[in-house]
Amino acid sequence: MGDLSEFSLPIRLFLRAYRWRVVDPVPWSPLRVPLARARLALFSSAGFVLPGQTPFDESLRGGDPSTREIPFDTDPATLVDTHRSESFDHTGMRRDPNLVFPLERVRELAATGRIGSVNARHWSFMGSLTAPGRFVAESLPRMAAAAVSDGVQAALLVPV
Amino acid sequence: MCNQAVCLAAAELERNGIATVALVLLREVALKVRPPRALALPFKHGYPLDQPGDPVRQHAVLESALRLLETPAAHRPLLVDYAPAASEGVPE
Repeated sequence: MGDLSEFSLPIRLFLRAYRWRVVDPVPWSPLRVPLARARLALFSSAGFVLPGQTPFDESLRGGDPSTREIPFDTDPATLVDTHRSESFDHTGMRRDPNLVFPLERVRELAATGRIGSVNARHWSFMGSLTAPGRFVAESLPRMAAAAVSDGVQAALLVPV
Repeated sequence: MCNQAVCLAAAELERNGIATVALVLLREVALKVRPPRALALPFKHGYPLDQPGDPVRQHAVLESALRLLETPAAHRPLLVDYAPAASEGVPE
């Protein structure tokens, strides 16, 4: 199990004292079509960007709240790790980006018919957000509206 | 913090009618933040889909997540611990 013991003492103390956001009330949207007919999108907090996209800004106090769109047919090997946190091991995700942004895996799920289709775009953001106010107030509504306009019916969210 | 970020994103998507499942690496954070559906994983940070370069193990995690999407929930939020079935072919 991932747990706080993975982190250094200063980070453990910070996380123990941190005032976590609470989702209340908890929204609930049932899957409206069988998964074999559903369009799925990925949302990953791994901080990946494409070559040519602006890296996430590691200097922003509280974390960079912006997002990047990643086309469905992207070669995962081209994704660039710009996650600012040094408190976890980046080795695995740099070796195989599917570990945190499973583009090839969801394409395989669509090919086998387990899911209906893969959305034309996915979303990347940088999850090291100690002050997520702008992320919640601006980035998330924009990202959700885009997903709705694409006809996304199911979403998989992946942290690092 | 990544665990909180994906949980908050899941909630926003659900408010917009999209069914979500969030993978989480810190169960206690999911308990506090309360995403609608979450799969708690036994892996260290940086390794949410288990092992790099191992599609079988990665698909096992994804299949467990997809099943949550298909499960009518008696309790909301829904937080389930990952337990790959032997039939899924995940090596020990």
